[in-house]
Amino acid sequence: MKEIMVILVSAILVDNFVLSKFLGICPFLGVSKKLDSAVGMSLAVIFVMALATAVTWPIYDSVLVPNGLEYLNTIVFILVIAALVQLVEIVLKKYVPALHRSLGVYLPLITTNCAVLGVTLLNIEEGYNLAHSLINSVGAGVGFLLAMVLFAGVRSRMESAKITKSFDGIPITLIAASIVSLAFMGFSGVVEGIFKV
Amino acid sequence: MEGIMTPVIIVSVIGILAGVILTIAAKYMAVPVDERVTDVRAVLPGANCGACGFAGCDEYAEKLVNEGAAVNKCTPGGGDVAKAIGAVLGVEAGEVVPMAAIVKCSGVCGKTSYVMDYQGPQTCEACNFFYQGRGSCSHACLGFGDCVDVCQYNAIYIENGIAVVDKELCTGCGMCARACPNLLIDIVPATSNVYVGCSSTDKGAFTRKVCSAGCIGCKKCEKTCEYGAITITDNLAGIDPAKCTNCGACVGVCPTKVIKSLVPQAQEATA
Repeated sequence: MKEIMVILVSAILVDNFVLSKFLGICPFLGVSKKLDSAVGMSLAVIFVMALATAVTWPIYDSVLVPNGLEYLNTIVFILVIAALVQLVEIVLKKYVPALHRSLGVYLPLITTNCAVLGVTLLNIEEGYNLAHSLINSVGAGVGFLLAMVLFAGVRSRMESAKITKSFDGIPITLIAASIVSLAFMGFSGVVEGIFKV
Repeated sequence: MEGIMTPVIIVSVIGILAGVILTIAAKYMAVPVDERVTDVRAVLPGANCGACGFAGCDEYAEKLVNEGAAVNKCTPGGGDVAKAIGAVLGVEAGEVVPMAAIVKCSGVCGKTSYVMDYQGPQTCEACNFFYQGRGSCSHACLGFGDCVDVCQYNAIYIENGIAVVDKELCTGCGMCARACPNLLIDIVPATSNVYVGCSSTDKGAFTRKVCSAGCIGCKKCEKTCEYGAITITDNLAGIDPAKCTNCGACVGVCPTKVIKSLVPQAQEATA
């Protein structure tokens, strides 16, 4: 149980995918303008991260490792995730149209998202077993959601702020992102403190 | 040779497998898209203004085809679009009443004044949060142009501190009416040319104190109107567009000149 909590807390706060590992910056900057689209995108990311891990981990364990092809993990994972997201989209469209309408826009964006690929690769690198990998993936997704929601709040405040012309738009967004990221750096060491690892 | 063949074969097999699964899935789980939805969507203006009451043109097109929504809901598109939709779906178009926005405030610079030098975020919404806005009249147009920002047809602009509608360009979609924090903008039939340029429900004496162009609720217009189209509620005159004939009698008697006619004086004489 303690191990699970350690994995979850570090995935959400300490090693936050967006703000500490700098993965998935594209949707972080692109879809964080409005709170509801930020939440929609994040939920889709959590879903795809868990699903991608559930598929790529067994493939790595049962196909790549026995053949001594661990070095092929990146290319195989890209292939599998891309196909998987497409499949999910088709299935959702057919059987759960309501969910497809709310997630649908974001699914193609996720196909090539580095955060999703990153979480599957890092699971392997950390040597997690399947259960721990899944927990880490969900934690990473929730961390993504947290970062998106926080940043959507920051951005909505920036909308009504008077910003010098030369900083308006992307520059001030990047500066704000770096400050939010700095705040998350404060979490380093938290896990060791709480769980006495 | 074997060393290089294994990875090639494995990656190819995974790729082909994924391709086959996707092909099969695409074939067996294809959702038929009604061609009429695409056709109807093509004739809609595509402004996604929401005047029809649906989330956007896409949803309206879908509702038209699948749930039989009325074809005359698109105010910006008007009769032409209704006819075009009717042609695609094979139903009678019905009539579309052209609508236009009016701004119910006449507090231009000089008629009313500001009570503060507001320096906060330059939007009506933010300014209105702050002690009900910067004007001495709490019902006044704030003049930051939230309505101008949402208008997709450049039909509304700020002149002399208040919003003004260009009736030629206005399609009556109502986006400005929803954006105004003081609810100053009304959507009325485009044919009704006489309107009350004030929203103040304050007592007449107070209104007169803060603005020389406000409705003071004197009831002169109510008594003058032959058609019973004007009623005073909460110290404010209101015109019922269904009864109003645009005769302009009320315009003449209004002591603060807050009832306005959009018909130029010269034309009015001949009409």
